[in-house]
Amino acid sequence: MRLTIEGARVIDPASQFDEITDLHIAAGHILALGAAPEGFSPNQRIDARGLIACPGLVDLNVSLREPGYSRKGSIASETRAAAAGGVTTLCCPPDSRPVLDTPAVAELILDRSQAAGNARVLPIGALTKGLEGEQLSELVALRDAGCVAFTQGLRPMGSNRILRRALEYAATFGLTIIFTPQDADLAEGGMAHEGPTASRLGLVGIPESAETVALARDLLLIEQTGVRAHFSGLTSARAMDMLADAQARGLPVTADVAAYQLLLCDEDLTGFSSQLHVMPPLRSADDRRALRQAVQSGVVQAIASHHQPHEAEAKRVPFAASAPGISSVEILLPLTMTLVADGLLEMPAALSRVTTGPAAALGLSAGQLSLGGAADITLFDPAQACEIGRNWLSRGANCPFIGKGAPVAVTHTLYGGKLVYQTH
Amino acid sequence: MSLTPHHLQLNQQGQLRHFLTIEGLSRELLTELLDTADSFLEVGERAVKKVPLLRGKTVCNVFFENSTRTRTTFELAAKRLSADVLNLNISTSSTSKGETLYDTLQNLEAMAADMFVVRHGDSGAAHFIAERVCPDVAVINAGDGNHAHPTQAMLDMLTIRRHRGDFENLSVAIVGDILHSRVARSNMLALKTLGCPDIRVIAPRTLLPEGIDQYGVRVFNDLRVGLRDVDVVIMLRLQKERMQSGLLPSESEFYKLYGLTRETLALAKPDALVMHPGPINRGVEIESEVADGPQSVILKQVTYGIAVRMAVMSMAMTGQTTQRQLNQEAN
Repeated sequence: MRLTIEGARVIDPASQFDEITDLHIAAGHILALGAAPEGFSPNQRIDARGLIACPGLVDLNVSLREPGYSRKGSIASETRAAAAGGVTTLCCPPDSRPVLDTPAVAELILDRSQAAGNARVLPIGALTKGLEGEQLSELVALRDAGCVAFTQGLRPMGSNRILRRALEYAATFGLTIIFTPQDADLAEGGMAHEGPTASRLGLVGIPESAETVALARDLLLIEQTGVRAHFSGLTSARAMDMLADAQARGLPVTADVAAYQLLLCDEDLTGFSSQLHVMPPLRSADDRRALRQAVQSGVVQAIASHHQPHEAEAKRVPFAASAPGISSVEILLPLTMTLVADGLLEMPAALSRVTTGPAAALGLSAGQLSLGGAADITLFDPAQACEIGRNWLSRGANCPFIGKGAPVAVTHTLYGGKLVYQTH
Repeated sequence: MSLTPHHLQLNQQGQLRHFLTIEGLSRELLTELLDTADSFLEVGERAVKKVPLLRGKTVCNVFFENSTRTRTTFELAAKRLSADVLNLNISTSSTSKGETLYDTLQNLEAMAADMFVVRHGDSGAAHFIAERVCPDVAVINAGDGNHAHPTQAMLDMLTIRRHRGDFENLSVAIVGDILHSRVARSNMLALKTLGCPDIRVIAPRTLLPEGIDQYGVRVFNDLRVGLRDVDVVIMLRLQKERMQSGLLPSESEFYKLYGLTRETLALAKPDALVMHPGPINRGVEIESEVADGPQSVILKQVTYGIAVRMAVMSMAMTGQTTQRQLNQEAN
């Protein structure tokens, strides 16, 4: 299979390349940029004039719901949705059923995602058995089975003592730990950001301190143990300050935020839409502003979808009773591009937050265009607004953006040189 | 995204079609509601206590939380309007068998009910029903989680208006567990909308919601300062479980600091009204002698509650019928 992408604006944030040129692909790899190599004759051409070609997107948090929750999604359905969103590499969290705490589950996910062939799936292992916070998973065996990092997600550790030892053990083997700091006790019973909106709606609040107390502890233990750490799904302005302070002190911590947190805030909950029930919660407009600034400044180097598809019934209940989460992997690029439309970031910098930024955070070899490297390439039309939700592919239609306009539309996604998504 | 309560509750002509929250309703509409309730109070004094406004209509009382007083007064109100009434206590039946709220309501809708009176433990439940389950059936919120209890607020307003004339020069204090109180939230909104210039809330910080300023109220942590010269004292019920979650040390300390006694009531105006949504905890938030005393209008509130609920039901039914006619004409 030989392919030429003609006349696209090729942007590779990793190498700061930004030119209108041709891309030549053969045997799943990028063969050349610019002039075709001697004797190269493609058997397919994509007329990409007016389009942007960038590295396939890297999404650090995509719940595939398999194994265990086939009503919500499957590896095949959710990776197909990812491809439609221009995502070619994605990390799936360990909260499957059974929990991803054994190599067998990792192998199952890898086998099925390879069979589906829509995107590269990199599993994140459970830090503890069953995510119960007591006994460590076999971290090295999981690493050898393909897990790229380990996490507890929102599930608490049994104690600070166990957390500290888990981090020390992980540090011994150079493993990366992903933290989503939320003190389960301070957040107990909560479902929305503690603030005027939750008060007015009578929703039990989750104070900002639920995040910052846990974050402070995590930062101190990261510093003490020297473990490689990434923070996922931070929500508050205060957390952004603490993260920036830690980075300024030289602590090599990275972070991502959920794309929807950059657009929504707690005020949107007026009307009690279950579609806006997410965890950690949508915070205040001030918090959202701080998150956007942190993405702009690079304190937060990655934007992730935090994709959580649900069956319709999980949301067809009052707010408090609904399952938290938004189905969003297929709109990661449009949501990110609103930052460009809003003048917050230039196009290459915005693209870095969904390509080289997340890849570097977890040390993944993805998210860049390199000669001889895998041809994971996303093409999109920066001038083509589209309506979100036409041809929706995720099994979960739980997305508050459906029916809204998006500033850009993905037109083609190549994964390993194979066209896994194309509009029309 | 979702409809704001304002748009959801009113039909195209601005008439009430659901009654979910005080938020977004105009002073005119609340006044009309009180005027209507006033006229229904006379019905209650007649030998034959019935008017035919809801004849042939079916009102379904759907209570997912236990309540005797609220359900009974809604039932009485519907019967005085000549409606057929169906009472369902679902707290222990269908939902424990795994049926969702959505399914339960769809089943009831299939029985061709014209109005649902709903109490549910989740904030936003009445909203959910009005928006997604039964948009053509009038939905009356009889209390949803910590969010709203608008008919209680309006019966409190009727009580105040009948005893004080209007709201223009009043000082009203709401005392106790504001944080968990849907009554307090609805009362603050109603008082503000009706033009009450001095609304005070009195509680320790653990029982005040974040962002209380948005209601335009004055906050007092000291009962003895907050009660000074008020015209109306609305006491709130204190649940026993507040003691276990670190919000308060004990009932007796709460009573000492925030209990309404003859001594603390003396700080208010001499003829200040004493109100309570019930059921009262004697000796926890209110002294027996005060609850039963000459300034107490707690039992009047119950009587007025029937008239207010008749007013809400008849207005919402009219609003729904008008909207249906508008929709038919549009088709």
